[in-house]
Amino acid sequence: MDAAIRNGHGMTKLDDLQFVAPDTAEVEIAFRNVTKRFGNLVAVDNLSLDIHRGQMVALLGKTGCGKSTMFNMISGLMAPSEGEVEVMGQQPFRNFNWYRGKMAIVFQTDRLLPWRTAVKNVEIGLETLGIAPAERRDRAMHWLETLGLKGHENDYPHALSGGMRQRVSISRAFATDAELLLCDEPFSALDEITSKRLRTEFARLVRENGKTAVFITHSIDEAFDIGDRIVVLKRPAEIAHDLRMSDSVSSEDREHIRRTIHASLAA
Amino acid sequence: MTDVTPSRRPYDNPAFGVARRLFWVAAPFVLIATAWQIASAFFPDFLFPSLIHVFARVFDILTTWSLFSSVLATAMRILGGLAGAFVLGAVLGLAIFSFKTADRLLTPTLTFFQGIPALSWVVFAIIWFHGVEFRILFIMVATTLPAFTFQIVGALRSMDKDLSEMVMSFRPSRRKYFSAMVLPAVLPEVVTAWKVNLGNASRVVVVAELVGSSGGVGFQLLQQQQLFDMAGALAWTLQLVFFVLLFQWVLSQFERMAFRYRAVSERG
Ligand SMILES: Nc1ncnc2c1ncn2[C@@H]1O[C@H](COP(=O)(O)OP(=O)(O)OP(=O)(O)O)[C@@H](O)[C@H]1O
Ligand SMILES: [Mg+2]
Repeated sequence: MDAAIRNGHGMTKLDDLQFVAPDTAEVEIAFRNVTKRFGNLVAVDNLSLDIHRGQMVALLGKTGCGKSTMFNMISGLMAPSEGEVEVMGQQPFRNFNWYRGKMAIVFQTDRLLPWRTAVKNVEIGLETLGIAPAERRDRAMHWLETLGLKGHENDYPHALSGGMRQRVSISRAFATDAELLLCDEPFSALDEITSKRLRTEFARLVRENGKTAVFITHSIDEAFDIGDRIVVLKRPAEIAHDLRMSDSVSSEDREHIRRTIHASLAA
Repeated sequence: MTDVTPSRRPYDNPAFGVARRLFWVAAPFVLIATAWQIASAFFPDFLFPSLIHVFARVFDILTTWSLFSSVLATAMRILGGLAGAFVLGAVLGLAIFSFKTADRLLTPTLTFFQGIPALSWVVFAIIWFHGVEFRILFIMVATTLPAFTFQIVGALRSMDKDLSEMVMSFRPSRRKYFSAMVLPAVLPEVVTAWKVNLGNASRVVVVAELVGSSGGVGFQLLQQQQLFDMAGALAWTLQLVFFVLLFQWVLSQFERMAFRYRAVSERG
């Protein structure tokens, strides 16, 4: 680890790096002075963060730093203790049903319904949108094929491998065509090669379909593969670095960034 | 010579497999029957009647409408009581699961009810109500309701939180949430509850039929007791056992069909 980073200069240097133009698109997700407590434990501490439409943000942080808690507040499954979380101009916890069809989640584990076949699992979101059965099936089949699961549509989850199951769950998220995709370490349970292939595929699909995506991870490599923007969190969910990445970032700079992130995660 | 029939060992033959399974289904019953038959050779007929005698009575019951209608009446009472307890139990169970107040009020009450013996309900029913069928229905529901309710609450509480959150994340209507998540998640335990309660109900029903019913297996058993007719008592008892086995089998078939999605471990 180089000395400049260790004595603190590295941080300043890193924060000065501006890799892409400032955000002009509208704000899709806003954290305003958000604190979340569980009893005495502060899981998120006075966090402010804007995520803009069309961004693909990797939230990177060590285990237990409050990533899932942030995620749950974005998805409306949890209310902030203080401050405001706004997604598309609404409050997710309060106006829970407003987001029907507007956000989709890929969870850490596949969370497939064991009593439904692969294609029926993909259809669940479309059912809540009241889409007719024939179209539901077409759309579900389209996404299963896109993720390489043609021929497995009628398999029950127990007959699929872990990687295949996670692909079904990605299909399920894309099928509703929601503009916001939330992912909580979706590939962390898979082997490295499958994980790498799926996240590259995932990043490509997000870009091609013009989605906004928040991708939680504790792996620096994964954050680099996925994010246009990498938000590094320290405990309890405070921002350590906020980095914009683009293809023009030189490989030396990348290496430098990687080492700096590594250092602040290790701290 | 192109037509070569592969040679098969006898136990590769599917018919052999079926026969072997049938043998193991029959074996325990054959064992009991043999023991009984041996006993009948040593004891007087009114204690251990010969099985031939008993089967003649069974046949008689099955083929005589006035007798067989008693079996049907009892079967209907069991199913009616279970259906009533199930519907009520589902409502109470959902209430206990959804509202804390309902939980606080109903759970201790039902636990208290669970301690009341079936015979007490028979006495209460006779004092409170007039119609025989209503009395029986009341006893059946009262005795099976607590267990049914608790089993449904247990099924609801053990519903997978992660899966339920996943379904919620799509913002389903209440109705959709119930049909896509709650119902399929609790169904296996509900079927098990039916199986367990079926056994209980079939034992309670004969007691309930002592409230003045002029038909039914319980009534017939009482007659046999007064006549000191062991063959008759056995024949009537067997009717009830047959019914329970038949209905268990129907439920098992339903399980096999409805829960095909479950993984089967080769180690069992
Ligand atoms: N429902 C809860 N009740 C109490 N404490 C909680 C709850 N959820 C999270 N916490 C605590 O909040 C802190 C942050 O948890 P969180 O799940 O957000 O971490 P994370 O960054 O997602 O970790 P990981 O990478 O391991 O998934 C942890 O200390 C955790 O114990
Ligand atoms: Mg987490």
